[in-house]
Order: sequence, then C-alpha cells, then structure tokens
Amino acid sequence: MSTVLTRSQDQPDAAASAPLVKADHLTCVFDVSRPWLERTLAGAPKQSLTAVADLSFEIARRETFALVGESGSGKSTVARMVVGLLPPTSGEVTIDGISMSDPRLDAAREKLRRRIQMIFQDPFASLNPRWRVDRIIAEPVRAFGLAREDAEVARRVGELLQLVRLHPADGRKYPHEFSGGQRQRIAIARALSANPEFIVCDEPTSALDVSVQAQILNLMRDLQDRFGLTYLFISHNLAVVRHMATRIGVMYLGRLVEVAPAREIFDRPRHPYTRMLLDAVPDLEMTGRQRKSVDGEIPNPIAPPSGCAFHPRCPFAAERCRTEPPQITISGHTRVACHAVEEGRI
Amino acid sequence: MTEPLLSVRNLRVEFPTRRGILTAVDGVSFDIAPGEVLGVVGESGAGKSLTGAAIIGLLDPPGRIAGGEVLLKGERIDNLPAEALRRVRGKRIGMVFQDPLTSLNPLFQIGEQLTETIQLHTGMSAADARGRAVELLVDVGIPAAERRIDAYPHQFSGGMRQRVVLALALAANPELIIADEPTTALDVSVQAQIIALMKKLCREHHVAIMLITHDMGVIAETADRVAVMYAGRIAEIGPVRDVIKHAHHPYTRGLMGSIPTLTAESERLTQIPGSMPRLTAIPAGCAFNPRCTHVFERCCIERPDLLPTERSQVACWLYAGDMRATA
Repeated sequence: MSTVLTRSQDQPDAAASAPLVKADHLTCVFDVSRPWLERTLAGAPKQSLTAVADLSFEIARRETFALVGESGSGKSTVARMVVGLLPPTSGEVTIDGISMSDPRLDAAREKLRRRIQMIFQDPFASLNPRWRVDRIIAEPVRAFGLAREDAEVARRVGELLQLVRLHPADGRKYPHEFSGGQRQRIAIARALSANPEFIVCDEPTSALDVSVQAQILNLMRDLQDRFGLTYLFISHNLAVVRHMATRIGVMYLGRLVEVAPAREIFDRPRHPYTRMLLDAVPDLEMTGRQRKSVDGEIPNPIAPPSGCAFHPRCPFAAERCRTEPPQITISGHTRVACHAVEEGRI
Repeated sequence: MTEPLLSVRNLRVEFPTRRGILTAVDGVSFDIAPGEVLGVVGESGAGKSLTGAAIIGLLDPPGRIAGGEVLLKGERIDNLPAEALRRVRGKRIGMVFQDPLTSLNPLFQIGEQLTETIQLHTGMSAADARGRAVELLVDVGIPAAERRIDAYPHQFSGGMRQRVVLALALAANPELIIADEPTTALDVSVQAQIIALMKKLCREHHVAIMLITHDMGVIAETADRVAVMYAGRIAEIGPVRDVIKHAHHPYTRGLMGSIPTLTAESERLTQIPGSMPRLTAIPAGCAFNPRCTHVFERCCIERPDLLPTERSQVACWLYAGDMRATA
C-alpha cells in the first residue's frame, strides 16, 4: 500500500520496551442519587456506584490486552477512561508517557489523540446515518491534517476502504446500505484513517453473526500484524478473547481479579471466578468435560458484598473473604486477587 | 417410531411488499418427537424466529403462512380460527422469548400473571392456582418462592426473570415449548444456569422444546437434534453430535469453523466469504451457491431438497446419489 498508510517512525527505539499504555489505580465512581428535591423530601441519602475500583494494568506495544467480564463488571467504563471519554474519579491513564489527565500536558495530549482510536460495539449507532461513508472516513484525516488536498483525501479513503475489504466505490453510499459486518469494517477504516498506534475495541463483534465475526476478527489480526497496532480488547466472550488476546484481565464488579497471559488463564485459571466463567462456557466440542454448576448472579453494584466481592458465589469462601478485600498477589506472570489462592487453599 | 408431537410440512412464510412478495421461510419441514429438544440454529435473517412464530400463529402482518402445514399430534393448527389457536397457544404450546422484561407485564406481580395463566387454561380455583404457581416457581429455582410470588418483575434480576418466564410457559403443562433465543440476553454464567434448568424441566415435565438460537454452543449443550437454517431453508438437520462433529453441508462446516473456541489453537478462523443474501435477492438454485467453495453447475440451477446422508439430512447436491462418488 502507499506511503500514506505506512507507520510514521517517530518513536525512539529506547521507548519501544516501555509499556504503551499504563492504567494506575483507576477508580470511577458514579453518583446515582435521586434528584436533589426528591432526595431531600424523602430524606434519602446520596448514593454512589463504584463502577471501577483501583484498577491497574499495563499494555505493551503490539500486544492485545483483553478485559473480560460479565455485564456490570466495568469493562466499558475502563475503555472510556482509557481513551479519555470519561475522566477517572481517581487514578491515572498514561499513554506513551503522557498522562491523560494532567492539565499541563494539554499540548502533548493533543498530538497523542491521533494515535488513539476506538471501535464501538454497535455499528448502527457509531456511524452518522446522514453522512456518506467517504465523509465518515475522511473526517479524522482532515481533522488531524493528515491530508489537505481533496484528491489526496479521496485517494486515502479509497485505500482505507480496500484495506478493510470494501470497494472504493462504497464510499458514495450511506451507512444504512450496509450490513452489520460491513458497517463494522467502515468503523475500523475510520479508526485506521488517523494512523493510530493504539485502538480500544469495546465489544467489536458482539452485535455480529458468528461467520461475520470471524471475518472481522481475522481482519483485526491482519491489520495488527501489518501496522503494529496495540489493542485494548473488551469482550464478554471468552472464546473470542482467547482467539485475540496475548494477555487477559478478568473483571468482577469493577475490580481486576486475575491478570495473566492468555494461555495461562485458559490452561491454569487461578481465581475461582475465572474458573467459574470458563466452566460456564458451553462445550461446543461436546467433550463431555466435567463442569461445576454455577451459582448466583452478579450482585447489585450499588451495594456490593463486603470483603471480596465474589465471596457469596465462591465455593472456597472463608471468614477472611467476607471481611477483608483481597490484594493482588503476583506469581510469575500472573496476578491474582484472592485470599484462597494467596493462602494456598486452592 | 412414535408419532411426532409437532410436524411441520413444507412451511412457507411470505411478506407481500410493494416491490413484490418476499419469501422468508421457504419449504421448511421437520418433526419434533415428544420430550425432544430440537435446536434451530442460524444467523440473523435465516428465518428461524419466523418459523417459530408461524408455528404458534404469531406472525406479524403482513407476514402470512403461504403454504405448507403445521400439525400438532396429527391435527392441523396452522388453519385454525384465531380463537381456537389462542386456546392451543399457551395451553399446549408454551413460549419463551429473548427479553424476559418484555414478556412480563411490569404492572402486575408475577403471582398474578402466573395464576391468571393457570386459571385461564385449567379452570382451577384462585387458591389452587396460587399453590400451583408457588410449585412452578420452586420448580424453576426461584428461592423463597412463597415470598417472591408477590414481587414485581423489576424486582428480579435478568436470570430470575427468565426463570419466571419459563414458569409461565409451563403453567398449563404444555407438550411443547418454543423458546426463541432464551439465553441471548443473559450473561454466560446465568446462561449456563438457564440451560441446565431447561434440560431439567424437559426431563421432569416431559415437554418438548423447539430451541431457536444463533449460538451453536447452546445447541451443543441442550439439543438432541439440530436444524441449521440458511436464507429461509433448512441446510442440514440431524442428531446434534453428527451435525457438530461431522457437518456435511458446506455452510454448516464454514459456520462451525468460524466459531472461536476455548481449545482450538488455530491462528485464523475459517471465513465464509460474503454474507447471507437479502430476501429480495435469494440466488436461484441452492441459496448458498455464491458463497460455496464446492459450487458446481447444478447448484446454480436446481434447488437441492434434504437428502439423507449417514444419520443427518443435507440439502446439498454434493450428496446426491450420482455425486457421491466424487463428493
């Protein structure tokens, strides 16, 4: 492909080994109180919901770090904080050494923006229905000043469309003329148009049929190899995550309960929640593997259980789990937050 | 062989539009035996939900059954007058839909909804019906059923709501439950619970289930037999193990290869090129022919019927007698 799409070599080699993205003790608390007047009349207290609590992780260059968890575990909130769509209540995201929240770094962050892009779950909601596809894809190109001449912009849009296996002539159509999978390709082309290094993908294939999902996942991996992309990949589907991720973080009620290389998570899950999640995945191969039954559901995040949030559903829960929140312990490449693992009980 | 509980023969569902008639379900035939779980799997637009809706007479106009018949224990139900069909629906055929919040009335306590259904179909007294409602809630695993029966739908979690919907479907002791994507809105751990519950209910109440889903994993866990649908037709139907482990139809094979699994180590997923045709442009011959890697002349001209293979039936010319040598 042409020079426009080749990576700009502006990163010094020395920085190559440092993680590209660092999340440091990220916390996000939402105020879910009723309106002031209603609250005062009812004498109700303020209520808050801790969507993400004390979350730390690093993403190395060119790797795919996945966050998995069930609904309400806070994965999407993390994605929004990482790209800067949502300011963290406390904690900090650093991308390539630049803090996303330090007001003194506004100018540096402005340059950083181009290098971070996002792909959303719903390709029906994330594309402007009134714009033609070429305008949608061209917007980042113009906004970041990557091309100025109309002809150059058009050529680049055509290249991007081909890159995601669409036809350059498709640029003249509107989003509603495309299927879900094709729309997600357009969303990927738009993300790539800014020449990003880091793409946050929030459930990119959850709205798609499996055969289309396979096309998009394969495409995302090809693009990663070709452009050296780094992905933060958010999904609830463990099988998809296994296919895409180099490292995986498992979230439960806003906390990371386990972080490990992908293979480790699947071969030797440590945290009882990770084990339960793996057990719950339907057995497509019909191996008849023995599975433990799953108990309970995710508790209400407004009133999470004391101690370890997983203890009411955990078969290994002990007294300590009910009172004391577990801290992350590190063994090898794996980080686990579980008393039972720490004490060697499991 | 016992008489099938439900027998669908050459079912055809059409939507008349200004631009002509769209055929959404085209010549679909299958049987469900008493107590059997038949999975119906397919991607969006395959016609699986419409097949279910047509069976219980819940097609939204202008959709209509344009041909074929639906037999419940040998009696035709597709041509019943609305009132008679209403007595079949809910009493002999129960229903479970994807979103439990829209299947339950938010203004009524779940106990009222259950007792209403029970009384309507069985004519029990109010007190007996309430007792039966509590039994049903216990059956579907609602803890503290005696107390929870007076709760409103919003007071239940998603998984618990789907349990209540299952209790409602079972209220009149139906012979068949049509479950349309019953676990799709649920998290994977809750999905596992609902799958286990459906299997238990199927066994204990000896009720047959037509399980419509896009998720092969759910089918593998739950169903006895599976029908794979593509563009309004059945591409392959057979025992679950045979279809999943030894798929015959090129579409089923592609579909199975495109599903990421927890154990496969493959670098790339199998890709089926293109996407399902729109209803306005279903290709002549085999509907899958433009995407098929084994396509030959006959596929583009003549539509294949379901042909028997080892244990399944496949709608693919590769398995026609004269082709078997080269297939």
